[in-house]
Amino acid sequence: MSARQPLPNWVTIVLMPALNVLLAFIIGGLAVAIIGENPLTAMWALFYGAFGTGMGWGFTLHYATNFIFTGLAVAIVFKAGMFNIGGEGQAYVAGLGAIMVALWLDQTHWVFVLFGSTIAAMMMGSLWAIIPAWLQAKRGSHIVITTIMFNFIASAFMSYMLAQVITAPGANAETRTIAEQGRLPLLSDWFDAFQYSPLNITFFFGIAALIFTYVLIWRTKLGYKIRTLGANPEAARYAGISAVYVIIISMAIAGAMAGLMAVNEAVGVQKRLVVGYVHGFGFVGIAVAFMGRSHPVGIALAALLFGALYQGGQELAFELPAVPSDLVVVIQALVILFTGAMGEMFRPLLERIFARRVNPAPEAPTTAETEA
Amino acid sequence: MSPTDIILLLDSSVRFAVPLMLAALAGLYSERSGIVDIGLEGKMLGGAFAAAATAAVTGSVWLGLAAAMGVSVVMSMIHALASINFRGNQIISGVALNFLAAGFTVFLGHAWFRRGGTTPNLRPDERFSNIELPFAAEIGQVPIVGEIYQQLLSGHSIIVYFAFLMVPVTAFVLYRTRFGLRLRAVGENPKALDTAGISVALLRYRALVVTGLLCGVAGAFLSTAQGANFSENMTSGRGFIALAALIFAKWRPWQAMWTCLLFGVLSASQIRLQGVEFPMIGEVPVQAIQALPYILTVVLLAGFIGRANPPKAIGQPYIKER
Amino acid sequence: MVEHQTTNAQQPSQAAGSEFAIDLKRVSKAFGPVQANKDIDLAVKRNSIHGIVGENGAGKSTLMSILYGFYTADSGEIWVNGQLVKIKDSSHALELGIGMVHQHFMLVENFTVLENIILGAEGEYLLASSMAKAREELTRLATDYGLNVDPDALIEDLSVGQEQRVEILKALYRGADVLILDEPTGVLTPTEADQLFRILEQLRDEGKTIILITHKLREIMAVTDTVSVMRQGEMVGTLATKDTSPEQLAELMVGRRVLLRVDKTPAEPKDVVLDVKGLSVTDDIGVPRVKDVSFNVRAGEIVGIAGVAGNGQSDLLRAISGMEAPLLGEIRVNGELVRFHGDDSASDARKMGVAHVPEDRLKMGLVTAFEEWENSILGYHESEKYGTGMFLSPKMAIAEAEKRIEMFDIRPRNPRLKTANFSGGNQQKIVLAREMDRDLDVLIVGQPTRGVDIGAIEFIHKHIIELRDKGIAVLLVSVELDEIRALSDRVLVMFDGEIVTELSPDASEREFGLSMAGVDPKEGA
Repeated sequence: MSARQPLPNWVTIVLMPALNVLLAFIIGGLAVAIIGENPLTAMWALFYGAFGTGMGWGFTLHYATNFIFTGLAVAIVFKAGMFNIGGEGQAYVAGLGAIMVALWLDQTHWVFVLFGSTIAAMMMGSLWAIIPAWLQAKRGSHIVITTIMFNFIASAFMSYMLAQVITAPGANAETRTIAEQGRLPLLSDWFDAFQYSPLNITFFFGIAALIFTYVLIWRTKLGYKIRTLGANPEAARYAGISAVYVIIISMAIAGAMAGLMAVNEAVGVQKRLVVGYVHGFGFVGIAVAFMGRSHPVGIALAALLFGALYQGGQELAFELPAVPSDLVVVIQALVILFTGAMGEMFRPLLERIFARRVNPAPEAPTTAETEA
Repeated sequence: MSPTDIILLLDSSVRFAVPLMLAALAGLYSERSGIVDIGLEGKMLGGAFAAAATAAVTGSVWLGLAAAMGVSVVMSMIHALASINFRGNQIISGVALNFLAAGFTVFLGHAWFRRGGTTPNLRPDERFSNIELPFAAEIGQVPIVGEIYQQLLSGHSIIVYFAFLMVPVTAFVLYRTRFGLRLRAVGENPKALDTAGISVALLRYRALVVTGLLCGVAGAFLSTAQGANFSENMTSGRGFIALAALIFAKWRPWQAMWTCLLFGVLSASQIRLQGVEFPMIGEVPVQAIQALPYILTVVLLAGFIGRANPPKAIGQPYIKER
Repeated sequence: MVEHQTTNAQQPSQAAGSEFAIDLKRVSKAFGPVQANKDIDLAVKRNSIHGIVGENGAGKSTLMSILYGFYTADSGEIWVNGQLVKIKDSSHALELGIGMVHQHFMLVENFTVLENIILGAEGEYLLASSMAKAREELTRLATDYGLNVDPDALIEDLSVGQEQRVEILKALYRGADVLILDEPTGVLTPTEADQLFRILEQLRDEGKTIILITHKLREIMAVTDTVSVMRQGEMVGTLATKDTSPEQLAELMVGRRVLLRVDKTPAEPKDVVLDVKGLSVTDDIGVPRVKDVSFNVRAGEIVGIAGVAGNGQSDLLRAISGMEAPLLGEIRVNGELVRFHGDDSASDARKMGVAHVPEDRLKMGLVTAFEEWENSILGYHESEKYGTGMFLSPKMAIAEAEKRIEMFDIRPRNPRLKTANFSGGNQQKIVLAREMDRDLDVLIVGQPTRGVDIGAIEFIHKHIIELRDKGIAVLLVSVELDEIRALSDRVLVMFDGEIVTELSPDASEREFGLSMAGVDPKEGA
């Protein structure tokens, strides 16, 4: 291999993803230009919509909270060397647990609803993740494929539940709404700045989940086992680390994380469960985890970016009706593509730029020698 | 059910199975070459949009088909670039392509046709029409055999016949040609091929071109043969069912056809089973039948019914040096 | 990189005669900061068997990969049959008549022999006719060179020796005149190796040129006409085999005369600590690897297991360390049964006092992506020494790691450095330090000095002896016979999954050679 110069850390961690994201926006801008609109206006509307107002911030952070959960669900398993594409289904099925407990307790107090539905959501999410985990660990079925299949099974199962079992009287495929006194408090109840945004108390769960994950991965023995299995499964076996145990436990935690999205989105905002409420957030979690390099800090930033895109997209449709809000999906796809699948695209270029500046000394004698 | 009912059920099964077959065969080329393709869905969707949009604008269904194949091949090449050149994560790339298709089709559909993401309805001459085989009406009078000829074999669009033709063609290519030998080798042990002086990258690119072409045809079938326009997310998971079928078929062409037909029967019977009471079981929810292909695939993968061994090198970027 | 300009002038005179099939001039290749090949000159006479010897990492494989077009040289020239060439890739090398038999076979496991042989050289687009042609050609090659293999057998059903023949056939089928063999006997039994040498001689007599890369002097002496010695990326000499001796070659290889002699007193064995009875192990696909093996190791002695790689040693180690479930038989440590109950059983064996230095440190013993301190707790990570309860305390673990870095002289002395950045010898010391610096009753060591520089070898051997003298039972597995003989108090020889004999370390070369080949020395001719 052509001598691969080590790039400075900040280049690989900050500059490379930033360039990838920039490229995604540039191509997104080109798409806007193709349909004959001004890309800069569209991008500004996107940005202003996400960060221009307190309400924008509120929405952005709310979406970001969803992405933190689904992102962590991918990241934790990724640390164990595996790919959890099942966040979508895990969050969906978790919605069932969350809403059923919420509807059961909604005559009491929101505190009970919050904790009750949180526990139920985490348990259901875990359950839906443990099955593919078990199949991978014990039967060797590829977890990527199984989790994809489980997303579809979840979708069929949930539409059956919503259409036939827990349907609200008179409604079509959704549950009844959570009663007034059981609803989770919004942050705007305390901070006026967030105005009518749905940002709610679950946001703090998101922060807690990030901290929890950091501690779990780098400060516990379980985290050590997860990382060992992920980096070298043979060494894990040698060290007496059970792969079966680690796969199942890390998927269980991941499912619980994905499940928390149900508390934020279904219980916190929609206050009922509707068909397809996860809306692709589980899949975006894959991008969030990858972009954030499976590190809580990175995930927080990536979640914020995708949260801003979602919120900005809504505002964009409002401000510039000629630009379809699906632009956001396009940009999102490009961000996933460039940061996730083509993350190394700029490396050769950056190596050429930085290698010389960082390390000019060893180059000189080599040239001299060849010429001699 | 009467024999006629069964024939009609099988006929609609075939219609359900055709896009699956094309996509599964598309996936076969990619995955046999060692590249995971969970972006079949996106390529079909992109193809469906390109076909419907082009046919609507130009009035030519064949140009539509060409556009579908073109768009799908471009998407496949993006996947190739990410997987082969940048050695990126093939699953992430697939996820990205699915999003890309979902976003772009609606974005452009909105902007170009202003119908909320759908394309204009195609006139019959802008679509693939059904081909009546010779004497279909006459032979159809004969009970059963004739009905099979008239209903099941005759009266499909050219894409249906193409799909069924592609099965033996793929089998032949895979097992009887140089390209097929190399394709099977590169998915198992790319290094064996590299040391034999064959470019792994080029071979994989060629495989992914075929994948793109077939996905494009599958997309065009949805929007210009089966349907008469493009609508948002019209593939609705077919790419994933095709992937499931491919796995279920253990990456082999004939088996892929049978699996797709089986899944087609499941889809077709969904409608018929609605509200039907079974003895002992009672009414089977539609959703249970919808989920069945996925459940079957999971069961197969778990090794409860045989073993599905994927190509050994699948999903791993090939790094030549060291 | 810039080509050498000076060399062009002196070419024509050399090219004219072209008694050389291959002539490399001042070839250099670097991987990042590592200079793998430096100004290598190598001339290989036609119709000869030319050996290239050197230690692991001397740059032999890199050089051959350049010749085969797998890597491109940074500078230097390659002359093939008197023509200056620039080998672009392996297909180009094949066109030039250079074929390679890799150390790790490049075969497609679920293909037939025939399919593997035509792969990449099919000729026509349809397989049927090219297969028929290949079948004919194969029959011819088989009779000409004594290379018999069933063309319709699946590769996964073949023995290693047969797979190697397929590799040779592949090269010959492509019309190779120059055949490069990279460490071809590493996986062969001595008998199979001898068969290979007969084949090579036959190939030479039929007009082929052979380049044999190896680190085994016995093979060089047995089969080559000429030998070139490499050391640390440089070519240090080329000699006619008949004019040299193993001692001279060894000296060239290592740069100074090394006598593998370890100072030790006679062992004072005490009670049996490790007791293995009737042990049988099969691999994942059910092939028996260890067959009814029984032996014991006493406190204060080193028992060596000698044998050619792949005769069940790895599986034996895996079973004793709790990594693999035995099929039959039992393993006891201090009389207590080692039970296998799941994929974490290795931790139970550790708790019973079994420390394990694995054969392959990079594959098993270390996580190269980890920092040094993280590897220094691998396998012992549950200990309270590294954090209370479920928590892990990097601080406590780093303190321990620093202590061991000092004790074992691990360099660089930085527990926060990524393990991948340590040299092979220091990586091995990280593993040894982790396994030795604790309460243990049994130490099982596999290939303790594989890929380790000479200074570290002495250090490692000294520590193993020290441990023995402290009363630890040591089980040593190594494919380096010299190492086994220098360290062990008793030697068991493994062949085809069985322990065929027990020898004293002072037994003769001949005795060892025969028993490693599965021949009982007492009966053997």
